[in-house]
Amino acid sequence: MLRLEKRPQPSRALSLSTPLIAVVVTMIAGGLLFAALGKNPFEAIRTIFWDPLFGEYAFYYRPQLLVKGAPLILIAIGLSLGFRAGIWNIGAEGQYIIGALCGAGAGLAFYPSDSVFLFPFMVIAGALGGWAWGMIPALLKVKFGTNEILVSLMLVYVADQLLAKMSLGLLKNPEGFGFPGSRNIADWESATSWIAADYGLHWGVAAAMIAVILAYILLNKHILGFNIRLSGEAPRAARFAGVNPTRLILFCLGTSGALAGLAGLFEVSGPSGQVNIDFAAGYGFTAIIVAFLGRLHPVGILLAGLLMALTYIGGDIAESQLQLPAAAIQVFQGMLLFFLLALDLLTNYRVKFAIQGAA
Amino acid sequence: MDLSAINPVLLIASLMVAATPLLLAAIGELVVERAGVLNLGVEGMMIVGAIAGFAISVETTSPFLGVIAAALCGALLSLLFAFLTQFALANQVASGLALTLFGLGLSALMGQSYVGVRPPAMARLDIPVLSDLPVVGPILFSHDPILYFGLGLTAAVWAWLKYARGGLVLRAVGENHDAAHALGYNVVRVRVLAIMFGGACAGIGGAYISLIRVPQWTEGMTAGIGWIALALVVFASWKPWRALLGAYLFGGINVLQLNLQAAGVAIPVEYLAMSPYLITILVLVIMSADKSGAPASLGRAFHASH
Amino acid sequence: MTGTLLSISGLTKAYPGVVANDTVSFEIQEGEVHALLGENGAGKSTLVKMIYGLVKPDSGTMAWKGGAFAPSEPRVARATGVAMVFQHFSLFDALSVAENVALGMENPPPMRDLATRIRDVSENYGLPLDPDRTVGDLSAGERQRVEIIRCLLQDPKLLIMDEPTSVLTPQEVEILFKTLNKLKAEGTSILYISHKLEEIRTLCDHATILRLGKNVGTCIPAETTAREMAEMMVGDTLHTPTRTANEGGEVVLEVKNLSLSSSNPFGTRLKDISFEVQAGEILGLGGVAGNGQDELLAALSGEAKTESQAVVVKGKAVGHMGPNERRELGILAAPEERLGHAAAPDMSLTENALLTGAIRQKLIKNNFVNWSETISFAEKIISAFDVRTPGPASAARSLSGGNLQKFVIGREVLQDPEVLVVNQPTWGVDAAAAASIRQSLLDLAANGAALVVISQDLDELMEISDHFGALNEGRLSEIRPAVGLTVDEIGLMMGGAHDLEDAHV
Repeated sequence: MLRLEKRPQPSRALSLSTPLIAVVVTMIAGGLLFAALGKNPFEAIRTIFWDPLFGEYAFYYRPQLLVKGAPLILIAIGLSLGFRAGIWNIGAEGQYIIGALCGAGAGLAFYPSDSVFLFPFMVIAGALGGWAWGMIPALLKVKFGTNEILVSLMLVYVADQLLAKMSLGLLKNPEGFGFPGSRNIADWESATSWIAADYGLHWGVAAAMIAVILAYILLNKHILGFNIRLSGEAPRAARFAGVNPTRLILFCLGTSGALAGLAGLFEVSGPSGQVNIDFAAGYGFTAIIVAFLGRLHPVGILLAGLLMALTYIGGDIAESQLQLPAAAIQVFQGMLLFFLLALDLLTNYRVKFAIQGAA
Repeated sequence: MDLSAINPVLLIASLMVAATPLLLAAIGELVVERAGVLNLGVEGMMIVGAIAGFAISVETTSPFLGVIAAALCGALLSLLFAFLTQFALANQVASGLALTLFGLGLSALMGQSYVGVRPPAMARLDIPVLSDLPVVGPILFSHDPILYFGLGLTAAVWAWLKYARGGLVLRAVGENHDAAHALGYNVVRVRVLAIMFGGACAGIGGAYISLIRVPQWTEGMTAGIGWIALALVVFASWKPWRALLGAYLFGGINVLQLNLQAAGVAIPVEYLAMSPYLITILVLVIMSADKSGAPASLGRAFHASH
Repeated sequence: MTGTLLSISGLTKAYPGVVANDTVSFEIQEGEVHALLGENGAGKSTLVKMIYGLVKPDSGTMAWKGGAFAPSEPRVARATGVAMVFQHFSLFDALSVAENVALGMENPPPMRDLATRIRDVSENYGLPLDPDRTVGDLSAGERQRVEIIRCLLQDPKLLIMDEPTSVLTPQEVEILFKTLNKLKAEGTSILYISHKLEEIRTLCDHATILRLGKNVGTCIPAETTAREMAEMMVGDTLHTPTRTANEGGEVVLEVKNLSLSSSNPFGTRLKDISFEVQAGEILGLGGVAGNGQDELLAALSGEAKTESQAVVVKGKAVGHMGPNERRELGILAAPEERLGHAAAPDMSLTENALLTGAIRQKLIKNNFVNWSETISFAEKIISAFDVRTPGPASAARSLSGGNLQKFVIGREVLQDPEVLVVNQPTWGVDAAAAASIRQSLLDLAANGAALVVISQDLDELMEISDHFGALNEGRLSEIRPAVGLTVDEIGLMMGGAHDLEDAHV
């Protein structure tokens, strides 16, 4: 009979290794899934995890890793702050969309300006847009005790509709022959987030790196980071320590909103290039997986974001080369989160085989 | 704009149809939460139920087998959540989200060959005379059987929670799992069963969307109904009859905005389409002031250490 | 009535790092009140959980009226005739009395019949109770009645009571004892768990004494002195605190007309509380659990804010301030619940030292944490208070209750408070640790701090307080000098008179 026994303290070694074990287990389970879909599992796993990095066309795919990874990391860093404090923002997708709309809108208002202040202005507008969208659930939670999970999620659907409205209305390209979508921002020198498109470098990549470093300092050295961790682990002890829960809610939801908004702005002015109906690609939801896979730790999130980016790119290759359905990758990502959560048990508990009853 | 095109009788009849998937999912989640578990995976279980029910209906040409398959798949998927939260003691919020993300992917994968297919129609109630009555007929006596099942389920869950021994034990587990354990009740077993019931209800709710409400299969077609069902449980203060009221209210809003879209009201389509979500937020704000109905152990992990 | 009801032989149960019960054997006769005596942590609770089927023994056997008895779950134990009243009640706040009773029964009758039976039994045994009331609204004494009636409705042969008097006033204890004697006269055996010697001498026919999980002796309490039993229970002579007399100093803490509604829906409202504490004084506040202790601590620590004039320290109104502003002024507190309130279970002792030490120990500069100084502060607490732990990096939850309590109290004492408020400073702590905690509180007062000690342990309060008061339903009794108070007087101060009129047996 299996028995669980709580460890006196969490195992550090397992805490570090369970994400890796989860990845391996997911590869095995994913391989079985691919085999069930009639694909060669080894070929599929190789195509997804190996080819983008070391395959024949790796020179093309490697920069993509940064392009896909940056928004995931940026959003996940923001989410992880809240998750640590027990504040659940799961509407990052909405904040990402609004950030993109505000940032792009702010820029397009000055089309075709070539001012050096244009891009910084767009960055601020994008961050503010995401921040404001994140502050809605925050303020409602603070004022009325409304559940932030449900409100932030409902706002994703609202943002989706706003995106559609803007792509077809206010932000539509006046020279676009009636097609939906805004002007191309990526080609507009003073407004694009690209630094070096060939290397996958844009300002979002830089922002993600800065966010990782700042989050690390915040959580480990700053009293606010301590208060965030304390609130998540023992809310009553946090109040006893004088932590103001209201301020924490506003900070966590506001910051994660702003970071998601930034991710949206960098995406719309670079890799995506324009505001359009299909702009939202689910980064806001995948970032939830990234945050957990990275153990809510900034460095872990950096690695997890790159890994998740790899599955996106590898998934695309597998789709075109092996006709592996795109949804299979989504299932694969979901499985990863499942295995990770299940394996988490091992960090806090010992699993023991025990013979029950009196001897 | 032609508001006269909106027929109030058809409006009421169709709001009942629109409300049914919400009601089914909300009643299921209500039982889960009354047992002290917060399962945020409703959306994922619904969409898997939607495709499972759709696929089995198409393959067997029997909508009823489809609905049963949807219930089974929903319950099966919920077992993953039950395993994570009840045995692996994982965080309930994270596990529920995982279930939703996984369910969305899985349903897309399962549904690839079913896009654009028409499902077999489910027979509607047709009682001579009664079904042909003006006004009352279309509203009360001409629906599909699942709609009546949803109403019956609401009544059954209400009575079971209030009068049955099992319902009392379930409420006790949700209220104070340590005390229930000390009295010798198997907290984990009660919760796993509740979670499976919630999964089955969500599955049927999903199948209702793909088989009756729409009826066809498109990716992500539940479009947040699972999440609204979660909000509905809060709105209902964990009481079944209020869940029914809430579901009809939301169903009404949704049908009304669709009718207004069709009637060509001067409000842009996108704003009408976002109205159900905005109203959900508004309702949440109004209802959050009163948390007295919430089960005291909601969302807390249970591990019998001694 | 003769014959052995339950015989226990060689029961052993081990948990990681501790043997809770080590080959324990004893017998309970039919129709007797048998005491199980021992300190906190002696293994009493584990033993009765095995009898009740909640915990399975590693080895050893039990026999019920000569037949084998190995309950796999409480249901089986109940069917055999075992009933149990828990120390921490197994009640459901949001459910009614009748529903709570039904949950503890194997085959409850329909609700209406059950309500009638509850009324009958409660009148019969002098325990008035309304079956329709919501349990969350009941007082601690009434809640215990729910548990007892739940047991009585099943006609138990053996009634287990785990520390039943810890939540009762002296007068309520008297009522309980009458009920238990009536049950005994009817032939029911009672296994009575306690560490209160006088109670056991009054009530019990036999006593089995546990120390560190072992049976260290059986005696007839009526023929044994309290001192002899205490020595068996504790094993060695204890260090008794030495009290230095205090002359009246300046008033440091002044509470005036403090009223506060609880944040918890089933909590207690504080009503018009006023008292003063001088420098060097210890004010002991007694009272049955759940009568406003938590709320008073919150109002003094700053977790709950009040009108600014309701709490005044050295002439400065602080009622509106939060915990950290108050810490700056030297007002410190140690709440009752160690894990989750006073300390964060999964965080290290270093991080827990930061939790309340940040302000006064100046562990933060420009909002950045100085970890090396925080570690030294944690190490200082560990060595000064003899906290047994591998080091400051250990998680709080890895410490035993007594060691964590020493850490939590030490953390505040070492910060040189002007005012210190503690709630249940020695709850669940072994005798040696309790003595050293009390001594540190006395030393602190001797150095001129004003202390408020909230506790349910009257012996403790009598030992260390200069003045004594009691909380009852959110009100504070008159404050009186501790010297010369009798048990009856204390009982009346604790509000023991309530429900007496309708409780005649």
